[in-house]
Amino acid sequence: MRVTVRLFARLREIAGTAEMARDVAAGATIGGLWRDLVRDCPALEPYERSISSAVNEDYARMDTELREGDDVAFLPPVSGG
Amino acid sequence: MTPLLAIGPGTLAVDRLVAAVTEADGDTPGSNGAVVTFLGLVRNHNVGRRVQFLEYEAYDPLALKAFERISGEVQTRWPGVRLALHHRTGRLEIGEASVAIAAASPHRADAYAACRYTIERVKQIAPVWKREFFDGGDVWIEGAVADPSDETARAEAERTACA
Repeated sequence: MRVTVRLFARLREIAGTAEMARDVAAGATIGGLWRDLVRDCPALEPYERSISSAVNEDYARMDTELREGDDVAFLPPVSGG
Repeated sequence: MTPLLAIGPGTLAVDRLVAAVTEADGDTPGSNGAVVTFLGLVRNHNVGRRVQFLEYEAYDPLALKAFERISGEVQTRWPGVRLALHHRTGRLEIGEASVAIAAASPHRADAYAACRYTIERVKQIAPVWKREFFDGGDVWIEGAVADPSDETARAEAERTACA
């Protein structure tokens, strides 16, 4: 199934894109999708323990199962204010 | 009509937030005894670097939801408080305001606490990032790992607010 991935700030720069479509296996989790991304782009790996994630514009845990058409975002540590 | 919660490239004006929290529909006129405001500004120095300007990036729809969550937490902890929170994005020059908060309350103690709590929570969970351009380079600033369900972090913000 196909999902959309959004990357922000430093993650966006490392990957060289803000948004991409990805194919994932049925039953894949957000964490599994992240590991797929790291395989294709190893420079993302240092963020393994500090990313947050969101699905369809809501914060979500990494063990959340994905569904067809989900909009997944990976967020580096935040620095608003 | 100024929204209570907002994020975007427009310049911030604290008087509009004050009006939004004190002139809201349904309020009994004159019921507030205090408004506390906070403005976060772009500083010209950071950890020994001379800052030239900042660029703010945000995940706008998620940021608005984070603001709604923070506002809900404020209502729960300080029920009489009305809160406004605006964050700016894009390029900001030295001295410009990046974030504005106004908290109105019948009594000043709650307004102060709610205002401080709000900026602490923004720094913890708002999906906003600043990129610092300084003399000699630029760097993304990375602070808190955003986790709205982290009760330890939330309680820490409340402790700071009530200190």
